[in-house]
Amino acid sequence: MTDTKKTQFVLTDDLFEKLHEDEKNNEFIAVSSKTYLQDAWHSFRKNRLAMVSLVFLAVMVLLAIFVPIFSPYTYDGQDLNARNALPSLAHWLGTDKFGRDIFVRIMCGARISLSVGFAAAFINLVIGVVYGGICGYFGGKLDMILMRIADIIYAIPSMLYVIMVMLVFGSNIFSVLLAISVSGWIGMARQVRTQVMSLKEREFAQAALVMGASHNRILYKHLIINCIGPIIVNTTLMVPNAIFTEAFLAFVGIGISIPQASWGTMANEARALLQNYPIQMLWPVLAISLTMLSLNFIGDGLNEALDPKKR
Amino acid sequence: MTDTAKILLEVKDLKMHFPVNKSLFSKKQFVKAVDGVSFEIREGETLGLVGESGCGKSSLGRTVVKMYEPTSGEILFDGKDVTSLRGAELKQFRKDAQLIFQDPYASLDPRMTVGEIIKEPMVIHGLYASDAEREQRVVELLQIVGLKPDHIRRYPHEFSGGQRQRISIARTLALEPKFIVCDEPISALDVSIQAQIINLLKKIQQETGIAYLFVAHDLSVVKHISNRIAVMYLGHIVEIGSSNDIYCSPKHPYSIALLSAVPIPDSVEGKRKVRIPLHGEVPSPLNPPEGCPFCTRCPHADDRCRKERPQLHEVAGRQVACFKVTE
Repeated sequence: MTDTKKTQFVLTDDLFEKLHEDEKNNEFIAVSSKTYLQDAWHSFRKNRLAMVSLVFLAVMVLLAIFVPIFSPYTYDGQDLNARNALPSLAHWLGTDKFGRDIFVRIMCGARISLSVGFAAAFINLVIGVVYGGICGYFGGKLDMILMRIADIIYAIPSMLYVIMVMLVFGSNIFSVLLAISVSGWIGMARQVRTQVMSLKEREFAQAALVMGASHNRILYKHLIINCIGPIIVNTTLMVPNAIFTEAFLAFVGIGISIPQASWGTMANEARALLQNYPIQMLWPVLAISLTMLSLNFIGDGLNEALDPKKR
Repeated sequence: MTDTAKILLEVKDLKMHFPVNKSLFSKKQFVKAVDGVSFEIREGETLGLVGESGCGKSSLGRTVVKMYEPTSGEILFDGKDVTSLRGAELKQFRKDAQLIFQDPYASLDPRMTVGEIIKEPMVIHGLYASDAEREQRVVELLQIVGLKPDHIRRYPHEFSGGQRQRISIARTLALEPKFIVCDEPISALDVSIQAQIINLLKKIQQETGIAYLFVAHDLSVVKHISNRIAVMYLGHIVEIGSSNDIYCSPKHPYSIALLSAVPIPDSVEGKRKVRIPLHGEVPSPLNPPEGCPFCTRCPHADDRCRKERPQLHEVAGRQVACFKVTE
């Protein structure tokens, strides 16, 4: 064995070539930057049930807008020769006891239900976020007083408000909306309040304060934006609640007045014929439950997508 | 820094008491986080503030930039009392005095891009005429703190702790302040990153002449960056003086014990060193001792220490609050 010939690899400077300053790629972040909502949408899309629900809801909205416009029938057009007809090519879902086309009426009902649902959710969103934000941010006595007021409003059964509002303003879509909104925002306000209370202790909010930001700016640009996830979820789940309340009110006869079609009034009318023509009951009930289910699935999907801990 | 530089910040007998136990029927109690503290900081100077956890050093730092409303005392900034400022004058003070937070993960708004974060103080104070100019300034600031201009569209969660602390420093620099409180800016970071951030802060000070109040519990780091050091115990400053004096020959019994706890890697010196253990617990700041705050744990305490509160007095070129230290 010749140990003299043992090759030793020596590192010399000329083996290396210096990298140009521009070519240095220190701390390169490979993943492209995504905004919070892009990220959320990405994970929402993976939830199949929520996606199906979203498509269903979109179709429902489109049908509700266009069917009453392009259909040869109107929601109150009676055809006494075709009463209680079964589903056919002329009347896709059949007709009711006055010969009115159920498909058109369902879609007119969808207009009312969906607009009541979304409008109520929007009103509750605005009031709840502002009220809860102010309570949580300023705290102290103001918070104490405002939240006790909210508690009192919440403590009175909502049916009382509904009956009172209907007595004063009559049975129309606006009084239904008003009745739902009187106490509907309180859940949202409470949730926003707790979120804001915990977020305002975080250092980024305090950093904004030291920077000289106004209370308004801190509250809306930093705190509310950071609890957008729970707010969106809560709003989505408020829609089916409002739809159900509207249908319930119409069913017991204190909501939208006839001959206007609402899913609740249609169910009420079909009730009398339940033994002879049960299929007439099926359509409004199906519409109510499918819409509520899909909105709930969307809410759940959003909840998962927007909560970073569940991703 | 020499003593001839102008005094930028002067704090006189500052007290910050936080109310606790806010129930209806019991007597209101206060945590005396800062209880009668006085010091001054000159332009371009760094004052290190050390002490164990819960001694009130962070509260002091945050009160000085008016994050809290002080209970009593005066904060003179540039000769003007800022304790009772409101509205536009307060906003001007906010522009001049800034704070760097300890936790770089919590101090940046997760929903904003780096560009928006650094731009925000400029927007609040209406600096620069157009958004394009602000954007340009953001790019400059990113380069100053050692980040890349193309980081501007990214979100804080895409960065490491050290990088986030750089973003946070860039944000405070956006207002070109005269004074920055660094509230343990490095204690959440890795050791190698700590050095980078410290050197960055030093570099910025050399270039702009900013004054720092540097709060930390790591004594070696404080010595490295500070011109002077103040030692805090239970809401009081017990000793304040030039960083060499305090670090090499502390006089107050608490400072001596605190510094004896600094680990020294060199083995010979390490063996020679005597650690002075302290017994007992820090008294509750709800109910501090009547006399010297340190009397419950001090090996030299006597009756006078328990009854009377020692004031800071000049000893050997620094100020000490102890009856036993006379020369």
